[in-house]
Amino acid sequence: MSLATAPQLRFAGSLALAARQFPRHRAAMAGLLFLLAICLLTILAPAIAPYDPVQIKLGAKLKPPSLEHWLGTDHFGRDVFSRLIHGGRTSLSVGLLVVGFAFCLGVPLGLASGYFGGRIDNLLMRLVDAFLTFPPLLLAVALVGLLGPDIQNVMLALGLVQAPVLARMVRGSTLAVREEVYVMAARALGAGPGRIVLSHLLRNVMSPIVVQLTIVFSAAIIAEASLSFLGFGTQPPNPSWGRDMSEARRFLGDAPWMFMAPTLTIALCVLSINFLGDGLRDALDPRSWRTRRALQEERR
Amino acid sequence: MALLTVRGLTTRFATDRGTVRAVDNVSFDLEEGEVLGLVGESGSGKSVTALSIMRLVSEPPGQVRAEQLSFDGLDLMRLSEAEVREIRGARMAMVFQDPMRSLNPVLTVGRQLTEVLRRHADLDRRAARRRAIELLETVGIPNAERRLGAYPHQFSGGMRQRVMIAIALSCNPRLLIADEATTALDVTIQAQIVDLVKRLTRERGTAVIWISHDLGVIAGLCDRVNVMYAGRIVESGPIRELFHRPSHGYTLGLLGSTPRVDGSQARRLSPIEGLPPNLIDPMPLCPFLPRCRVSVAACRERAPQRRAFGDRHWAACFADISP
Repeated sequence: MSLATAPQLRFAGSLALAARQFPRHRAAMAGLLFLLAICLLTILAPAIAPYDPVQIKLGAKLKPPSLEHWLGTDHFGRDVFSRLIHGGRTSLSVGLLVVGFAFCLGVPLGLASGYFGGRIDNLLMRLVDAFLTFPPLLLAVALVGLLGPDIQNVMLALGLVQAPVLARMVRGSTLAVREEVYVMAARALGAGPGRIVLSHLLRNVMSPIVVQLTIVFSAAIIAEASLSFLGFGTQPPNPSWGRDMSEARRFLGDAPWMFMAPTLTIALCVLSINFLGDGLRDALDPRSWRTRRALQEERR
Repeated sequence: MALLTVRGLTTRFATDRGTVRAVDNVSFDLEEGEVLGLVGESGSGKSVTALSIMRLVSEPPGQVRAEQLSFDGLDLMRLSEAEVREIRGARMAMVFQDPMRSLNPVLTVGRQLTEVLRRHADLDRRAARRRAIELLETVGIPNAERRLGAYPHQFSGGMRQRVMIAIALSCNPRLLIADEATTALDVTIQAQIVDLVKRLTRERGTAVIWISHDLGVIAGLCDRVNVMYAGRIVESGPIRELFHRPSHGYTLGLLGSTPRVDGSQARRLSPIEGLPPNLIDPMPLCPFLPRCRVSVAACRERAPQRRAFGDRHWAACFADISP
């Protein structure tokens, strides 16, 4: 980047600059808008759903999409659209809370492990190894079995399963960044461990964390579906994207809309989250910022 | 009393193949406002000496020992990590070799400058910002107010090193250690940076330890030089003395392998043959002996002791080199 671009930059917090940068990422903006729309629909579900999502009407089963039932009905005659927006409440909150939990647990562990090294690192990483030796779903099943089949426990279990993966990854990035000259330079200027970890290490390992979290989000929605299928998560007849998707498999030939609605929604959400992750990663890393001029040239 | 007193500083690193003595029994003094050069080839222990003084060597794997390491009336060996942190950046500061990598790429230059000011000078946001602008102007960065919001990648190498110098001098330290601060820069920028450091430290009476393998830069800047080889100081003296009467085989070799531009006579550069010694093995004799061109019989019998050659000029060498 040349000096000519400097005049646009004012003294502002780096987060404010990142926020200004973000909207330039078109895919990320599209993802954000899609997610906001979905969130709004699910939050307002009780008010806008045309039908009761659990009410069985055997007379209207397996109806294709129509003006009456926008996305058709399922094998019990329940309105798929109503189930979809109600189910989103479960699926999205599982996704968000698992991401939140994995972040709050995994990132500090990874940072501590990578920065302090030595015994702390050894201890934490052996613990992480122990968690990682189990197949993730089996571990989640065991944890939910221990805690009781409840949606909150599912979130907790999935978070516990994802946190070690994140911790391991954060540790790796931290180890690399820790050796950077600017970390030594910060120490030479009197920065203590707290400041180094928060303002130097965390900021520099944020990009891979954001990307990993988008993956955790998608994995959590899918895992909730599997757990529900096994009878641990959402209990029938309550809707959830994952549950409805796995139930719809049996009617794939007769009523593809039943399967397509939750599947496409999950796919689009995951895609949006990934775009959002890309945008966030770029916005958080000033080195990848594109200048206005570069953007204009790109559009031409 | 000297600003910095170093006696018997020894820094070892435990490795799989044995203990490396990176700094071996180094002693020197640095007066207030004095500019001391530290020369030697790569791996001679210059940087580790600096890091040991700043107490920045991580232990383990490192191990720093000294009979005395006092700075500004403080015993650095006795201070806790938290106490040393109060001194770093405030009373002693360091500039590193690679300006491309010594600034955090994801923080604005302003943030990195004000962080230090707020930490040590106890300034609030506004005052720190004002001071940061002044500092950038002092080190010759035009448009300072705007540049505060810029990121390191928007600066050239020379500009970044100016920023590093601004950060290092922001709290008016008594001692500035510059570790190969101009090595990564091209020659014209090098000269500018040297001039800048010279001017700023003279104005403020800051003592400087200038680490370099470039004798030309050292000659233009320093009052006194320590020549290091294999973790030891082999010769020490005022800059003129050392250049005119090199008294250690290594210093002689170093001068012989440096190009001169004064045009007095065209001569071939004579490189120092061989490789520096392995710092794991014990060295009972002079460490430079295998590569030395002026060695005498005594060199092969015992380790050389310091011999005085003039006022504050000494060398650990048996040979009589200078006329």
